[in-house]
Amino acid sequence: MLEAKHVEGMHNKHKVLLYTLTTCGWCRKTKALLQELSVGYDYIDVDDQEGGNKELAKQEVLKWNPACSFPTIVLDGKDCVVGFQEDKIRELAAE
Amino acid sequence: MSRIPNERVAKVWERLALEARDAGYSVNPDDAFASELVRGLLENETRYGYRACPCRLASGVRERDVDLVCPCDYRDADLDEYGACYCALYVSPEISRGEKTATSIPDRRPVGGPTAHPREMEQVHVAGLAFPVWRCRVCGYLCARPQPPLVCPVCKAGKERFERFM
Ligand code: SF4
Repeated sequence: MLEAKHVEGMHNKHKVLLYTLTTCGWCRKTKALLQELSVGYDYIDVDDQEGGNKELAKQEVLKWNPACSFPTIVLDGKDCVVGFQEDKIRELAAE
Repeated sequence: MSRIPNERVAKVWERLALEARDAGYSVNPDDAFASELVRGLLENETRYGYRACPCRLASGVRERDVDLVCPCDYRDADLDEYGACYCALYVSPEISRGEKTATSIPDRRPVGGPTAHPREMEQVHVAGLAFPVWRCRVCGYLCARPQPPLVCPVCKAGKERFERFM
């Protein structure tokens, strides 16, 4: 089973799930901006998954983003944002 | 958590920036951002045995990731089109001078890597060449010799990054 890690925030209007790589600069910027804006989110560091979980995580990303690129951000289990898109992330903090 | 000591990251970053400059490339002026990418490269070297691109998911099989070893096969095309490589470690002179900023761009690597979509190298057939001509897939450097060089003299990519050009 894949386990997402949770980061608390004041804004929790949307369920935010990130698929990230620990080594990726854009993933790091995405997490940092969410934290700065105090948006709560879950994340799965795909490159850090052990054994079969890595493939499992990859398949999950592929479902949302056929390019399997990072970060892949899933909003409320229905929308997907690919890459570090500052405007879209800022919208998450707007009530 | 990173297992790579900060001093090592700083040293490698310094060398990489110097080599880039010597070869006519520019690097991201955001030192913190770029250092973390270099840390990612070293992290991947520890993990996989080669410096796979930090912003892409490597397979862990070297033969399948040859195009992803930094500098990747896509750097120069992205520099031309977007002014930055996919990770934004290498950037245009304008971005390097702080006149523009790098942004997150789409990945031009074919999904699954080039092995999933083998790229046909258009080899030019010329009769009577004394030597075959090899092309560096990373930077386009050409040389005429029996075998490609061990390391590209321009971009420092390894021998396996060369393809027969003529
Ligand atoms: S050149 Fe840029 S995009 Fe390509 S592997 Fe290196 S850091 Fe990643």
